[in-house]
Amino acid sequence: MLSWLPEDVSTYGHEIDSLFYLIYYITGATFILVTALMVIFLIKYREQPGRRATYSHGNTTLEIIWTIIPAVILIVLAFMSASSWAKIKRHVPNTDFELRIVAKQFNWEVNYPGADKKLGTDDDIKFDNDLHVPVNKPIRLVMTAADVIHSFFIPNMRFKQDIVPGREIVGWFEATKPGRYELPCAELCGFGHSGMKGWLFVHTPEDYQKWANENLAPKAQ
Amino acid sequence: MSDTAAAHESHGHHPELGFIRTYIFSLDHKMIGRQFLFMGLLMIIVGGLLAMLVRWQLAWPEAPVPGLNFIPEPYIYPGENGGGIIPPQTYNALFTMHATIMIFFVVMPIMVGTFGNFLIPLMIGTGDMAFPKLNMLSFWVGAMATVVMLASFVVPGGPAAGGWTSYATLAAKGQYTGVEWGQHLWIISLLILGVSSLMGSINYITTIINMRAPGMSYFRMPLTVWSLFITAILLLLALPVLTAALAMLLFDRVAGTSFFLPEGGGEPLLWQHMFWFFGHPEVYILVLPAMGVTSDILSTFSRKPIFGYHAMAFSMIAIAFLSWIVWGHHMFVSGMNPLLGTAFMMTTMVIAVPSAIKVFNWLGTLWGGNIRLTSPMLFALGFVSNFLIGGLSGVFMASTPVDIFIHDTYYIVAHFHYVVAGIVFALFAAVYYWFPKMFGRTMNEGMAKIHFVLTYIFFNGAFFPMHFLGVGGHMRRIYNPMQYEFLMPMQHWNVFITISALLLGASQFIFLGNFVWSLIAGKKAEQNPWQANTLEWTAATPPPHGNFEVQPVVYRGPYEYSSPEVKEDWLPQDKNLGASTTARAH
Repeated sequence: MLSWLPEDVSTYGHEIDSLFYLIYYITGATFILVTALMVIFLIKYREQPGRRATYSHGNTTLEIIWTIIPAVILIVLAFMSASSWAKIKRHVPNTDFELRIVAKQFNWEVNYPGADKKLGTDDDIKFDNDLHVPVNKPIRLVMTAADVIHSFFIPNMRFKQDIVPGREIVGWFEATKPGRYELPCAELCGFGHSGMKGWLFVHTPEDYQKWANENLAPKAQ
Repeated sequence: MSDTAAAHESHGHHPELGFIRTYIFSLDHKMIGRQFLFMGLLMIIVGGLLAMLVRWQLAWPEAPVPGLNFIPEPYIYPGENGGGIIPPQTYNALFTMHATIMIFFVVMPIMVGTFGNFLIPLMIGTGDMAFPKLNMLSFWVGAMATVVMLASFVVPGGPAAGGWTSYATLAAKGQYTGVEWGQHLWIISLLILGVSSLMGSINYITTIINMRAPGMSYFRMPLTVWSLFITAILLLLALPVLTAALAMLLFDRVAGTSFFLPEGGGEPLLWQHMFWFFGHPEVYILVLPAMGVTSDILSTFSRKPIFGYHAMAFSMIAIAFLSWIVWGHHMFVSGMNPLLGTAFMMTTMVIAVPSAIKVFNWLGTLWGGNIRLTSPMLFALGFVSNFLIGGLSGVFMASTPVDIFIHDTYYIVAHFHYVVAGIVFALFAAVYYWFPKMFGRTMNEGMAKIHFVLTYIFFNGAFFPMHFLGVGGHMRRIYNPMQYEFLMPMQHWNVFITISALLLGASQFIFLGNFVWSLIAGKKAEQNPWQANTLEWTAATPPPHGNFEVQPVVYRGPYEYSSPEVKEDWLPQDKNLGASTTARAH
């Protein structure tokens, strides 16, 4: 298989990637076939003195063939896509790891639950642009926008979700490899859109615990 | 039908008109067509220059652009050694206005305005449009919209900077983009343009239904006329939706309403639904005339009937119907219910089928032909080749999971430029093909071929590598790719694309020179230089006000090339071969 897409570090990314490459093979073959025929016809049937074009208005059998074959291929692709789509976007797995993202011009505000273990309360612990998560654990994101539409995009995680003001949008991912991954905004959000980005830090469970102890532990009052 | 045609013939004599009535406030569909052409060509220069600035910034971020320092701060900042640096806000305005101008003020006026006006009456064999005054009004209202859009460049705050899609809430409140009047004028201009399009489309539909020459049944119409007919119906039905959405957006901005603003109970996604409910038919409004023109030109220069005429007409009708139920594919990751995404994926996969049918039938037309590689033919083939790439790349984003990754990346930018910017190939094909009939002079064929070769190479050089960027995750509409670590290793592609784009722009001077020179001093054109069958070639060159001296009568379909009935390899639609053959249906 080709490997043009950025490294995939998510549990569901391979489904996206294999669909991408499957479509690439199908469309690539179609492109080569049509282009080759076009070039062959242009050479073979170029104007020559004394020759007369074939007087033909078409061929119904051919019309039926080239209607049905693409239709079948496309419908099969649609069904294959539908099951991956449901897995990625429609069914959020149960998890006890939940974060709240507030997108605003031009920052990702990341909220971790505070001492009360609940999100959306006053003691939430906020970070700008940095998102720390453990590896191999489904992460549930509850996303809201404060001003305009932003799009939370983690290329390596094959995650993209627009965040719309006035809505609470839920998404999820599960990282398979520790590392540091860029997190740009993918929807035009104003003059500061370019450069609106953060980092996703995926830690081993031990490293994550260490980070959490240092940063999420209730501060001594 | 024959009654109206006969009635129309009776006012075939037109008195001499003064300069103003002939060239400015003309009622003649051909002059109105030429006016749309000049306006569109003027705007393609504006839209093209904006694209060059966008590309400059992406290849060499924040490097001063030579000669740009005449624009004051804060729109452009002076470079240390001359030139002007584009700031992010201006960059957003540049790509917003590039898309707006190319879509609404170049492709629509030329493909629909120019060729719709010039060709419909001539091709169906009538003297003018059904409503000549409405036609004139349509142009001048369109010109007014153009002036308003251009005026937005010089108001304080600069022009609209929220993308040509003007998504709410970004475009619904001045504070979010920092643009007040620029965005107001953007909305007002498109509201005015909507009126112009409505007048035009009503006129096209009425003319085609009522004024076809005797014998010109629907299935004897050239596919260009079919495409313009279907386009006009889509325009008539789609534009009011945009108009409604624009009015709501304007009210949100100036009257304190909250259609799209959540703090007042509004819904930002409503804008997207309305915009794309218009926007997707709009894509076909842009591309259908290109398909029609391409079909006619391929058949003429293959010296062969179009392959599958009925399949071609019905696939356009199918596209027109399906175009109303695919808009949600622009919104797979917008936050709408993902189940809706699944439904829109199904319809989107289905709409690919009639597009595929068209490409296969174009191939079938070439098969067994006696192909003349004239400049219109080369450009028509260029359109097919680009449409093939644009159509195939569309399958990727139709698949919802794949779209998660490529949505809002350069993959999309590559895709829609192959489809929409690819239309300029059909546009050039049409200009080279009908220029002799339009202006009575011939364009230089050698220059036209050089123009084709350079345009084809640099077009692909500019747009094909955008797929690579998209696959790498390069977001669209970002000001500076070097702000992202994962994009830095791909920056050489941005440089390559920009150089190709600059050369693509420079190559257009060949066209401009050829066009202007031919207009003034081109060789006098023959009546039917391409030996084509359709009715416009039976009119004088250029056709007088009223078009035909004698009402043409149609005996056959438009594509009877290399027919065994005659010695020549063409057989005009109005040529009477005697009673025995007149009944021969297409």
